Amino acid sequence: MGIYLIRRLFGAVLVMLAVATLVFFMLRIVPGDPIAAMLADAGGPEEVAILKQKMGLDQPLVVQYFKWISNMFQGDLGSSIYGSRQPVTQILLEALPRTMSLAFISFVIALVIGIPAGIISAMRRNTPTDTAVSMFAFLGLSMPDFWLGILLIIVFAANLQWLPAIGYVPMSEGLWAWFSHLILPSIAVGTAFSAIIARMIRSSLLEVLRADYMRTAASKGLPVKALMLNHAFPNAMIPVITVIGIAFALLISGAVVVENVFAIKGLGRVLINGILNRDYPVVQGAVLVVSAFFVFSNLLVDVLYGVIDPRIRLS
Amino acid sequence: MQTEATLETPVHRQRENRLRATLAKDRKAQFGVVVLGLFIVAAIVAPWIAPNDPNEMTLDMMNPISAAHPFGTDDLGRDLLSRIIFGTRISLFIGFSTVIIALIIGVTLGIAAGYYGGRLDFIIMRYIDLQWAFPNFIIAVYLVAVFGTGLFNIIAAISLAFIDDFARVTRSMTLSIREEQYVDAARTMGFSNIRIMFGHVLPNAMAPIIVQATVSVSYAILAEASLSFLGLGVDADTPTWGLILADGRGFISQAWWLGVFPGLAIMLVVLSINFIGDWLRDALDVRQAI
Repeated sequence: MGIYLIRRLFGAVLVMLAVATLVFFMLRIVPGDPIAAMLADAGGPEEVAILKQKMGLDQPLVVQYFKWISNMFQGDLGSSIYGSRQPVTQILLEALPRTMSLAFISFVIALVIGIPAGIISAMRRNTPTDTAVSMFAFLGLSMPDFWLGILLIIVFAANLQWLPAIGYVPMSEGLWAWFSHLILPSIAVGTAFSAIIARMIRSSLLEVLRADYMRTAASKGLPVKALMLNHAFPNAMIPVITVIGIAFALLISGAVVVENVFAIKGLGRVLINGILNRDYPVVQGAVLVVSAFFVFSNLLVDVLYGVIDPRIRLS
Repeated sequence: MQTEATLETPVHRQRENRLRATLAKDRKAQFGVVVLGLFIVAAIVAPWIAPNDPNEMTLDMMNPISAAHPFGTDDLGRDLLSRIIFGTRISLFIGFSTVIIALIIGVTLGIAAGYYGGRLDFIIMRYIDLQWAFPNFIIAVYLVAVFGTGLFNIIAAISLAFIDDFARVTRSMTLSIREEQYVDAARTMGFSNIRIMFGHVLPNAMAPIIVQATVSVSYAILAEASLSFLGLGVDADTPTWGLILADGRGFISQAWWLGVFPGLAIMLVVLSINFIGDWLRDALDVRQAI
């Protein structure tokens, strides 16, 4: 297990290094020169010269690259080109807990809806309940997350006024204040994810129920409850874990968009505002952190997989 | 199921028969084909069926649903129905064109990697693995950040973001087809590699590629809508569904229709494509997650 873990961790670090390299060079090699456009926004030639020097843009590309990589490992991602030139790391550290909170609650909501829905539709296969779950799953996959967010605001915030429409409140100002601001955005982000989980659990459970060992267990006279809990669920969960890895992509992409609907100043909003303002140090930093979030959550899934299924860590 | 296929029936004819037979039984797929068809027609004849010019501002601002404005009007007095009809054009055009581009590039990379193997496979797959490690949407966002906004750039960004899906599917199919006897036979007959790849391997790898393409169109449409919504779309004057939602967002508490109808259009199109995708997956017998 130790060697497996180290190998996976090393792989993840390599991927991050490749991403950092790609992020760096794409911005500088692409036609149209985004950096020049960014500098043009900054002001007159004097300000441009100062900014260039400050950002090290007057040095050769190779030097800039190694500096960017070595600074990155020291947690220095440069600073915003606007206002008080806040360090990018600081901006991202402020945004991170918001995105993590949103992703976490979305994840919980998705599991709470998706797992029972999948189990129920597998056990009541081809009944109206099954059809209803399947329709819900199709709608969940087809609805744009930001639109669901808008609908939730119209219904629950603007009309019923049950929940706040926008913003984020840190947990230190009260658990309910924190949670109530996250309910609507989390439903918007988590619904597609719950649809995927429900579909996956249904099909994997149906497959398991057909397996020989299930028939053997049933013919031994095992009660249905023991049959499901001891034999069916543990085996049906294995493919689901893979899907959870894929679905992190949905959670993160979802959070990036939905934060902009609910005015939550998380990574997504930082990223999009950075792009709209051509604040490239911020954009680079945000993309790196979003990537890291994704790469390491996938790593976690891989490790979990290895724990559950010993065959994998041996290969 | 009845099988009309005999020894004389060619594979593609069998496939067509199977598609037709399963469509006749699949209500969801029928819904998908009809609704998507209606949207495609609406996109083509938009100037003739839209009641108003989509960008014409009038003094009828934020009017609710009425006979004159079936979907109401926005804060600048523009007719929402007309804007949504015109939005169909961008949405479908980007959805289909990006997938065609991603398919051509991805399939070429995948087939070359799988067929030739060796160093070429290694180089292509390291790149594909790297791209695979990221959510497609995040890649598209970063590419828009680098390229800038505008129709051409959006198409480039979304196309590039979807290449890895096609490359992976094609490569894995190629790896197994490469070992088939008919490929050996073609080689023995001295056919060129290009001819074997595109004449023998590709036709037999088409089923999963078609299913992947269908799924990708729905994701591409959602990606375009999200980018437009975030202000990273085509441009501020072209009505797209995502942009209409972004424009209306500030007024949804007074004018709910601005927040409802454009999203409904996106959902109907994507739902139709997902229904069609599910039918194709079953009919073409493709086993694949999601």
